[in-house]
Amino acid sequence: MTEYVGKPILRYDGIGHVTGRTVYVDDIQRPGMLYIKCLTSPVHKGVIRRLDVSAAEKMGGVAGVLTAKDVPGVNAYGMIPDQPVFTPEHIRFKGERIAAVAAVDEDTAMEALGKIKLDIEEQTPVFDPFEAMKPEGPLVRPEGNVFQFDSGKTRKIRLGDVEKGFQEADTIVEGKYTNSMNEHAPIEPQVSVAYLDEADRLAIHTVSQDLYFHLGMLTAIFNLHMNKIRYIGGTVGGGFGAKNDIHCDHVAGLMALKIRKPVKYRLTRTEETLYTTKRGAWTFEFKDGVKKDGRIVARQIRTIHDTGAYSGMGPYVVDKNSILVAGPFFIPNIWIDGTCVYTNKPPASSMRGFGIINGTSAEELQMDRIAEIIGMDPWEIRFVNAWRDGDLGATQYQVVAAGLLEAMKRAAELAGVELPARLKAMSSRRR
Amino acid sequence: MKKKGVGISCNTHPAGMKGGGDPSQAQIRLKPDGTFDLLVGAVDIGQGSKTILRQIAADELGVPLEAITVNNFDTDIGPMCTGTFASRVTFMDGNAVIRAAADLKKKIREWAADVLEANPEDIEVADNKVLVKGSPGISKTMSEVGSMVNWGGQFLVGTGSFIPGAGQAFDPETGKMTAIASLAFGACVAEVDVDTETGVVELLKLVQVYEIGKAINPLLCKGQINGGAMMGIGFALTENYTPYYPKMDFAPTGLADYILTTAADMPPVMVSDIVEVPHPNGPRGAKGFAEMTASAAPPAILSAIHNAIGVWIMDYPATPERILKALIEKKAKG
Repeated sequence: MTEYVGKPILRYDGIGHVTGRTVYVDDIQRPGMLYIKCLTSPVHKGVIRRLDVSAAEKMGGVAGVLTAKDVPGVNAYGMIPDQPVFTPEHIRFKGERIAAVAAVDEDTAMEALGKIKLDIEEQTPVFDPFEAMKPEGPLVRPEGNVFQFDSGKTRKIRLGDVEKGFQEADTIVEGKYTNSMNEHAPIEPQVSVAYLDEADRLAIHTVSQDLYFHLGMLTAIFNLHMNKIRYIGGTVGGGFGAKNDIHCDHVAGLMALKIRKPVKYRLTRTEETLYTTKRGAWTFEFKDGVKKDGRIVARQIRTIHDTGAYSGMGPYVVDKNSILVAGPFFIPNIWIDGTCVYTNKPPASSMRGFGIINGTSAEELQMDRIAEIIGMDPWEIRFVNAWRDGDLGATQYQVVAAGLLEAMKRAAELAGVELPARLKAMSSRRR
Repeated sequence: MKKKGVGISCNTHPAGMKGGGDPSQAQIRLKPDGTFDLLVGAVDIGQGSKTILRQIAADELGVPLEAITVNNFDTDIGPMCTGTFASRVTFMDGNAVIRAAADLKKKIREWAADVLEANPEDIEVADNKVLVKGSPGISKTMSEVGSMVNWGGQFLVGTGSFIPGAGQAFDPETGKMTAIASLAFGACVAEVDVDTETGVVELLKLVQVYEIGKAINPLLCKGQINGGAMMGIGFALTENYTPYYPKMDFAPTGLADYILTTAADMPPVMVSDIVEVPHPNGPRGAKGFAEMTASAAPPAILSAIHNAIGVWIMDYPATPERILKALIEKKAKG
């Protein structure tokens, strides 16, 4: 009988990766391929008063220029499609795409970009979400700077009665925690190769982490059916969430459709670092009601997520954060208000940990601070509160196959920490 | 002066999108020589999804690993998959592969019932053969089966799809939203040295344990644990895209000034292990855990800094500047 599950089997395509045989998107060459560079906004906020690409179009070596008017379908993408492929008028972050040039090489494309006449009326940007939330703050978006959930200005999580929980508590512990923006920095930067194939279908070689998710967005931008796009990928050089958003495929695809020639659009590391999506910054305000025996009986959390200029996956990441920000603990009374705020930063979107790393980073420090304040061992406070099978989480889901206590007991063992017998006797199977 | 400290943390992470609604499909095709092509839509971003899906397929079909190729080339070939994110591929695509294998085995049994003159329920697909229970003399090798099926003008393809639950929205008033595919758990112990003159933190030791239901491939799990720790250490100590927040001046422009953790910054002692509490809906009990390996270390490291020097750093990352500032404030307070 064959048995492979549970065995340390070498990676299927690992030897190809480490010996350079794996073909990544930037390795793709097509006869007569042209190279794309994009004109991006030099200012954080403003309005385009004039955009004249005629001199760039006429330049030798240039095959085509794209602006907002060249988008045949919807000039918007994203999970909530609110980010234009090329902004027609309003600039909301430095690096926002305005036009694209395809030329015989990247240097010529860059030179052509320099011939584009662009007048921008610069406006005052806002970078701090707390400033952006003020009624008199500069507007990032016409509809307001705070995202509207179906529950209003915040994602509301309400379990039990948090005020009653605070009254029952022996101690109240408050804490405010922040984490900053992060860059994914995968080894393989953003790149796309697009052309019309032998059947006149649009072929796109992509670094996408989500072929079908993005195929849906591209059909809307190109105004093409799914089977008119051959979306080629499946093996990419690291993503960490950076490739959960489209960065090059829409531009390369639009250019190939317009000029009917193969094109490559790749970002330099600098462009990728400055202008692509990030992990958004977050602020967490915790207020916990705790009993002397370490049981947390009420937990109130306000979160402020800075999603940058466009939604990206910001509202969704706030939702996901809200589900688990109270931690892997049974707390009978939970009150969470999650806020998603627009600022003039590059759009924040998904990154490994997707809202949970942010929440955990704050919530676990809060646990340690509680332990210190009530004079309890940091292991014990976690053991006392840890989920057991059947416990309810913040959004009323029932925990199945809980394993926190088992993981902690093993970690203590490996760290050489001798846990008291009463903690060792605890199990996730029963409270 | 260098001061030592120890800190701990624990964490959890779900598999899949909040509220479900993120399906994956798989397809397995029997070739004329008894080998198989597994087609999936999941992207391999370096985590090894192709490898583990192939392992699952080989086990489910009872055939050698070498008999199975994995293709996820493009959207013409690869069936639907929402994507490689949310630590979902092992759980969703793994289950889809199990269902595709079950479907193909059922079709092979139905085909063999005619050929071997037995009831389909008495036919077993195992050991790279098709066997009749209780009749040891009657069997066909998978190679014979592949040849007879395909050259006999038949086409056997197993298909399977999995969704952890249709998309479920929050209740706007209470946030009630009960669909979560699985929850994995983690625990971490960090030991640090903090230099009180320079504010530099040196990570000496990291102990990490993850409860992940079932490790489909322990070697790839270890890769996740090490890689995740690297990212978590950066989150804790160095990575900051807005060093002059809330100003956006001097944003990093590349890897020279956006300070990632490198191999040289990894702690000299790294201890890790896996614990398994099988999930009833997971493929072979597996849960999704990839992302959470980045989340365990950061609070353990900041907690260890507090243990070493007696100040809480509440803002990530705990850069030397922030640590020195906190020490100066502590001294001023007496």
